[in-house]
Amino acid sequence: MWNTWRKVNEGMIVLGIESTAHTFGVGVVQEGKNWLIADERSKYVPKEGGIHPKEASQHFMIHAPRVIAKAVKKLKGGINDVDAIAVALGPGLGPCLRVGATLARGLAAYFNKPLIPVNHAVAHVEIGRFITGLRKPLIVYLSGGNTLIAAYADGRYRVFGETLDIALGNFMDVFAREAGLGPPYVIDGKHVLDKCADEGEKFISELPYVVKGQDISLSGLLTAALRLLKSGEVRLEDLCYSVREIAYSSVIEVAERGLALTRLGEVMLVGGVGASEALRTKFSLMAQDRGVKFAAVPPKYAVDNGVMIALTGMLAFKHGMVVRPEEAYVKQRWRLDEVEVPWLKD
Amino acid sequence: MAKGLTGLMEGKSEILALGAEAVLLKISFLGMDAVLKVRLPKKYRDPELDSFIRGKRTVVEAKIIKELSDIGINSPALLYVDTKEAAIIMEYVKGEILRDIIAQERISEACSYLREVGESIALMHRTGIAHGDVTTTNVIVSGNKAYLIDFGLSKFTSRVEDLATDIHLFIRSLESTHYTHKDELLKCFLSGYKTVIKELFDEVLKVAKEIRLRGRYVEERKHEAIRNHNE
Repeated sequence: MWNTWRKVNEGMIVLGIESTAHTFGVGVVQEGKNWLIADERSKYVPKEGGIHPKEASQHFMIHAPRVIAKAVKKLKGGINDVDAIAVALGPGLGPCLRVGATLARGLAAYFNKPLIPVNHAVAHVEIGRFITGLRKPLIVYLSGGNTLIAAYADGRYRVFGETLDIALGNFMDVFAREAGLGPPYVIDGKHVLDKCADEGEKFISELPYVVKGQDISLSGLLTAALRLLKSGEVRLEDLCYSVREIAYSSVIEVAERGLALTRLGEVMLVGGVGASEALRTKFSLMAQDRGVKFAAVPPKYAVDNGVMIALTGMLAFKHGMVVRPEEAYVKQRWRLDEVEVPWLKD
Repeated sequence: MAKGLTGLMEGKSEILALGAEAVLLKISFLGMDAVLKVRLPKKYRDPELDSFIRGKRTVVEAKIIKELSDIGINSPALLYVDTKEAAIIMEYVKGEILRDIIAQERISEACSYLREVGESIALMHRTGIAHGDVTTTNVIVSGNKAYLIDFGLSKFTSRVEDLATDIHLFIRSLESTHYTHKDELLKCFLSGYKTVIKELFDEVLKVAKEIRLRGRYVEERKHEAIRNHNE
């Protein structure tokens, strides 16, 4: 994909800012072989419970200046070397988004750089395509706030299936929290639910498995699992195992449905939950059986980061997608399928 | 291929489709063209979960296919069931897939079939069955009639929520597959649906809209919330 880009500006450099949820990230990328210049991140980890939007945004406000400065220092000429500033304007948590948006607007206005609006979900897809080299895959985007199956058609990524209630990552965190396994929810790159499930031996059959057409639903599974947990009638590890099997299998089933429907020959896993080894193994088994190619974004770039915003910003910038700083509003519910992606052709 | 079934088949078989969960083979059964649908084991699933899903769906699908023939819906007739092998043999309906008719821009033709589909789905709903996967891929047009197929996710239910899910799924399938004609095609479907579902129409549509708004990051939801707040 990289080398098929129009050479508008050889060696173009874009700085991207990510602040949609728990990570404040700044990435700097350059067109060409040595594409990665900077990848700086600061992650907010809640002491208890889930992400508290206001606390997360305060964390960002404290750490953002340092993160930006560290990234800019990687450039010989500092911020002057940057051709454009890209920022994730959504979807995400309002207070968090506003920190990134405010800083990006400020940088763009003060240093007179074009400002590029980037959709966070599109950015997960683009870094995935860039790194995996897949051209037109069925996209499975799994994270704390997103669970969706999409594919490119006619100018946009169209959503084929999604969760009807809670996202897979959110589901895993809530279960882990109620079971006393977290926070933190991820230890050494592995989700605590996966760790617990690996010790499970017995499949508990009374839990609900819900697939509706191309969609999944996880709230019923969560309720039933928590009821079993509180009853104390089952081994926690067996419950972790069963819950994980059901949740992952339902996602893979809707991915298979997407493949059957679109007849695409590639499937790509993106987003933070895609870092799960167990999930990847299941996906490759499915892909093998169907005779399709499978690739997942490496964990480092599967989670939220500024690099993916910079990469996507570069694609958008080349297609003239800029926004005036005073009009760069955050969009908390900016859906993947609302965004034009002119860099892809049918 | 399920071993116990091979004895029932005559001559050679041909793969019709590799669906998401099953393989469909065209076979000759008791002297007629038939479809053998086998739900294959999935390596990625826990073995117990796998056999539970395959067995349960096979039984439910068979019961529903039979029920549909009884109430006179155009759908393949049930010929044979083997729950252990998760296999169903049904009548072979030769024809065109509705999705392809729309893809060929034969819109007015597609519209009349969609009206028929709307009527059939409404009749199923009134009987207490939700299809569970209403898409243009699951309609075969044969002899100027629209046949419903694939009842793998169907269930016996009268909950408005389940009926509305059918409508929601159909709308989404139009959005993802036939976005250029979606409004027009939806109108055709709903006009047929309305004539049969009658007084339940408004309620089902209302819940279908609610289901849509439950999806993540739906802009309309915010506006809805603001409207409700202001009222």
